[in-house]
Amino acid sequence: MKILVPVKRVVDYNVKVRVKSDGTGVDIANVKMSMNPFDEIAIEEAVRLREKGVASEVIAVSCGVTQCQETLRTAMAIGADRGILVETPADVDLQPLAVAKLLKALIDKEQPGLIILGKQAIDDDCNQTGQMLAALADLPQATYASKIEVADGHALVTREIDGGLEILSVSLPAVVTTDLRLNEPRYVTLPNIMKAKKKQLDTFKPEDLGVDITPRIKTLKVSEPAKRSAGIKVPDVAALVDKLKNVAKVI
Amino acid sequence: MTALVIAEHDNASIKVATLNTVTAAAACGGDVHVLVAGHHAAAAAAAAAQIAGVSKVIHVDSETLAHALAENLAAEVLAIAAHYSHILFPATAAGKNVAPRVAAKLDVAQISDITQVASPDTFERPIYAGNAMATVQSSDSTKVITVRTTGFDAAASSGGAAAVETPVAQTDSGKSSFKGCEIAKNDRPELTAAKIIVSGGRALGSSEKFNEVMTPLADKLGAAIGASRAAVDAGYAANDLQVGQTGKIVAPQLYIACGISGAIQHLAGMKDSKVIVAINKDPEAPIFSVADFGLEADLFTAVPELVRSL
Repeated sequence: MKILVPVKRVVDYNVKVRVKSDGTGVDIANVKMSMNPFDEIAIEEAVRLREKGVASEVIAVSCGVTQCQETLRTAMAIGADRGILVETPADVDLQPLAVAKLLKALIDKEQPGLIILGKQAIDDDCNQTGQMLAALADLPQATYASKIEVADGHALVTREIDGGLEILSVSLPAVVTTDLRLNEPRYVTLPNIMKAKKKQLDTFKPEDLGVDITPRIKTLKVSEPAKRSAGIKVPDVAALVDKLKNVAKVI
Repeated sequence: MTALVIAEHDNASIKVATLNTVTAAAACGGDVHVLVAGHHAAAAAAAAAQIAGVSKVIHVDSETLAHALAENLAAEVLAIAAHYSHILFPATAAGKNVAPRVAAKLDVAQISDITQVASPDTFERPIYAGNAMATVQSSDSTKVITVRTTGFDAAASSGGAAAVETPVAQTDSGKSSFKGCEIAKNDRPELTAAKIIVSGGRALGSSEKFNEVMTPLADKLGAAIGASRAAVDAGYAANDLQVGQTGKIVAPQLYIACGISGAIQHLAGMKDSKVIVAINKDPEAPIFSVADFGLEADLFTAVPELVRSL
């Protein structure tokens, strides 16, 4: 069984982005870029399933600009066997529906038994691509996974939902999206980074896959959120209780 | 122009997130209908019909809808989608699970986590963990939307008198099945609907200490308990208590952060709270930069003292 793992190149988790003064977006020039953290968890899970003998091959896919190759090399350093880049022009805003269509075309080509994606990207915070892919490919979905067990043509997935956990069984092929507690991705070692450089990386254009990536949503402006200013420090618990009761009147 | 709200419910009652979503739907400009898809959910449908501003409730009842499986629930929405200009889900774990499936089947984009309706096709939503706000315009004929509940007031749960229709359910997809769940049972208010939240961080040090220190405070205030990602990752608190960019987004009247440093991802989940209190012994902790009242103190002495003084 093949596992397909889409990965996204995003502004690093630790970077605090700045809104551009002309309101057209956030400034990502010269900012550190990394693999979306949820996607790292997805790659790790796929590699573990291959190491357990459940899967035979792990294919990492990234859709975006040329530099997404670096993200794919990281995925291959974690243990993905090969990479596919669907290269899109830098001036096109690539949106989840378009990505889902590109991935659907790759599913038709590669016929994976399982597709594991991060639940959301930490840049646009959309939380859409996995579910959209499942819909387009007519596959069952199990989102926000904290545990995945594969047996007898099914995946038993424990999901994080509001209030607790839910366990679903989905028939394979299926789409699973990862939550934070699914696993802790391994550290990438230097020998594995060297090995990853030699792994196969194929590049396609959206036209090769017959997909129209025209954005459907236009960003009119991006602005700073309303600032919350710091209040006051109180000297002790008694002063705090007094403020809450008599000034804020919230208790 | 009519908007459809997909109700979040437990078959017996409507969850509050539905009420916030109704308000957002009304702001889109037309009539508001509510879909209640469930099993033995007549009580939830009756409650939905009472919501102020709702003109019709579509109640679909079937065993296949008992657990809100994404495949089956999406099929119910798609069966009636053609009648609507806007389809809105609360941006909860359940809503976020199903909405993109509906959008993709309709071949339209989804607008996630809206905090404001500027016009019927233009919405405001946070990006980069709330560090920027984007105003976006959709060119699609149907707008599929998830609603950040903290961005909209709850519609009144009574005063309405909507008609209830009961169409026949779609067939089961047969591709997924519910095997069980573990829902923590307690009498506390739900995190996303609570008026007061007390939240603990890594400084608590262990799950025993987390419970020992945070529970009496929550009990005293009738508050929900939240946690930072660091506390959840360390195993001090359950996963579903995580407040932040990738956890719950909350905006209570009072948020008390105990031993939470205030990483941007945490602030993203709670900075719209009305009053924020931070208790932390590190004077440089970023949480103080958003707190209305900061108390620089060891939480192990300050929190019990707070419990005694309330």
